[in-house]
Amino acid sequence: MPDLQIKKSSKQYDVCIVGSGAGGGMAAYVLTQAGLKVLVLEAGPWYDPAKNVTQLKWPFDSPRRGASTQFRPFGDFDAAYGGWEIEGEPYTQVNSPGSKFDWFRSRMLGGRTNHWGRISLRFGPKDFKGKSNDGLGEDWPISYDDIAPYYDKVDDLIGVFGTKEGLPNDPDSKFLPPPKPRLHELLIKQAATSAGVTVIPSRLSILTKKINDDRGSCFFCAQCSRGCTVYGDFSASSCLIKPAVKTDNLEVVNNAMVREVLTNANGLATGVSYVSKDDMQEYQVSAKVVVLAASACESARLLLNSKSSAHPNGLANSSNVVGKYLHDSTGVGMGGILPKLFNRKRYNEDGVGGIHVYSPWWLDNKKLDFPRGYHIEYWGGMGMPSYGFGFGVQNYNGKFPDRNGNMKPAGGYGASLKDDHRYFFGSAFGMDGRGEAIPREDNYCEIDPNVVDKFGIPVLRFHYKWSDYEIKQAKHMQETFQEIIHKMGATLTYGVAGPETNYGLATPGRIIHEVGTVRMGSDKKRSALNKFNQAHDCKNLFVVDGGAFVSQADKNPTWTILALSWRASEYIVDQIKQQNL
Amino acid sequence: MKRRDSLKALTLGTLGVTTLLQSCDTDTKKTESTSPETTFNYDRHPFEKQRDEKLLAEKFFDEHEMKTITVLGDIIIPKDEVSGNASEAGVPAFIEFIVKDKPYYQLPMRGGLKWLDMQCLKQFNSAFVDCSAQQQIAMVDQIAYPEQAKPEMHQGVAFFNIMRDLTTTGFFTSAIGIKDIGYMGNKPNQWDGVPKEVLDEMGLAYDEKTLRESVKFDS
Repeated sequence: MPDLQIKKSSKQYDVCIVGSGAGGGMAAYVLTQAGLKVLVLEAGPWYDPAKNVTQLKWPFDSPRRGASTQFRPFGDFDAAYGGWEIEGEPYTQVNSPGSKFDWFRSRMLGGRTNHWGRISLRFGPKDFKGKSNDGLGEDWPISYDDIAPYYDKVDDLIGVFGTKEGLPNDPDSKFLPPPKPRLHELLIKQAATSAGVTVIPSRLSILTKKINDDRGSCFFCAQCSRGCTVYGDFSASSCLIKPAVKTDNLEVVNNAMVREVLTNANGLATGVSYVSKDDMQEYQVSAKVVVLAASACESARLLLNSKSSAHPNGLANSSNVVGKYLHDSTGVGMGGILPKLFNRKRYNEDGVGGIHVYSPWWLDNKKLDFPRGYHIEYWGGMGMPSYGFGFGVQNYNGKFPDRNGNMKPAGGYGASLKDDHRYFFGSAFGMDGRGEAIPREDNYCEIDPNVVDKFGIPVLRFHYKWSDYEIKQAKHMQETFQEIIHKMGATLTYGVAGPETNYGLATPGRIIHEVGTVRMGSDKKRSALNKFNQAHDCKNLFVVDGGAFVSQADKNPTWTILALSWRASEYIVDQIKQQNL
Repeated sequence: MKRRDSLKALTLGTLGVTTLLQSCDTDTKKTESTSPETTFNYDRHPFEKQRDEKLLAEKFFDEHEMKTITVLGDIIIPKDEVSGNASEAGVPAFIEFIVKDKPYYQLPMRGGLKWLDMQCLKQFNSAFVDCSAQQQIAMVDQIAYPEQAKPEMHQGVAFFNIMRDLTTTGFFTSAIGIKDIGYMGNKPNQWDGVPKEVLDEMGLAYDEKTLRESVKFDS
């Protein structure tokens, strides 16, 4: 029997933050700037995109030509370590037909800000008042006006490009200039506009202009997903943790898997306990304030695993809402081939790492049979070939005449097949809808009573089903996408789906926008946090990740996580000054 | 991992797996003493590097299978006036690696190669690689066109689809293939929109709002 003991640090921090992604990174940034002594516990390794480089590599630098692996589900060059399955860290599913949730985790400095399309959208005024608008879900305890000043600060600190459009529910940011649309984006815009779908420049946190001396500007390699060596895009590691470290007020402990939040007899948080992945030893640290930013589901897991006599139902859970109201964005994808783009003239059209145009939600739900909207992202172009290039040619090369005008049987081989790939290069495109789901009490994560992970920490068990609201929204996406593709004069190659597969609706968790598990609210019987992300039941405990969301909107969550975390952090500083914490 | 080990054990009959792994180790050390260990020029975790090195050191296909893959690959992507063939682009080595990396390819590839040899034996009395070039093409013609293939060839079609996918991907992700396809990116540049002649050809133009609002470059 090894000597089992818990190593307690004698040092007391002002704030201990669990997680270093958008929420934790921002809290670390704001709190250290204010002079507080902060400890960040990160469950994965240190990461610096300038040193951990996969940018500007070629597919042949990878023996698998950039294919995905169990460690990097978005490809061998993707910056994010982790995935939907992590060895030794299982999660389980409630056994109920049609219920499934896939949980994506990125255990590394910066968390999932290392993996995303940098789409940085503000929520609009309606997004905070869903229930008032259509009677469904719940209103937030804050309004757009409460968060707007923090969106402004985030824009200034991190940088986002876009255009002032003055749309009612898609508020403008303080924008850097956007890049011009690519060819396929112009063609999509033409067709979508004629179908009544709004298309505007995208809003991404990528620096088309330099904003300070710590970060360079974008050099248009389209590889934000690999992390940027000049910090030309946003990731929490480069834009938040790095400057926080420079203040000398921040300590980061990597490979620290937090087990639970510790509380005293009065029910106040005193610190956290964690297991180090480096030496498998147990540690305890103490802090005046504990901030959870481990991701919506991981933070819920931590709270539910932090039971004590003062908090018998788990910490911050007298309302019994922790883990509930879990919701991810809806997702439907469809695409095709555009013969107009066969035999394209070659030029470098990499652009920024993601979309140059997108469609914000453009319709009025009062005239539709489903309650909330979706936005559309578009892809295409002459991208760098990677693993998967040319797969399934037999599904399309028999459908179009070749450059000599000859129809050929599908499939084939030899010089003619080789030439088909040159002829078709850059003619494929597609679109993805990302919509708002209605948060429901019966979509939840809870502690599995029987299963622990390799650290002995009880794991999450999920229950999640789409309702008719989301399914009808997916049907609408199907109709819209088909209309756009038809108007483009393109041939559909994938994505058409009917009611038997919920119209192609992605499995919950696959869009990686899950939120809602530790929601805020003004009624402490129906919410876990107040409007400053502070636990109703424990005043020195805060949750600043997507868990705090009341509803997800038809936007991506990151910009709102950042703004809310900034706001909560200012509140913490203020409360400490007033000696309330 | 275990599956691969057991495959090895099968090939080697009574020779134990442990002995094999040990002897492999010594062999590698001996033969590669002058060359550096596998290097990656991109970010790898120790456990990623370890797994890749292990896969690179293992062998899945035997010599005959590799020869078949090479001949078949060069039929799928031959040399032409623009670029070289699949084997010049390193496709066989890529296929050897990817079936170890993604084990779901192993059975259909191994079985498919065997199916191909048995068909060739039936039709031409030789294994695929020992058939004449003419016979090889005659065989490929029976499995390369899914919509025209006879029902009794459908297992061959399924195999050829995989072989074509892997060969194509392996070729066009190689240095030779990327040059061939004409991909011009993966380098720092300033994206200032679609070239004018392309817009003209398509009958498109950037509208004034776009021109006014989009990022402009000094140079």
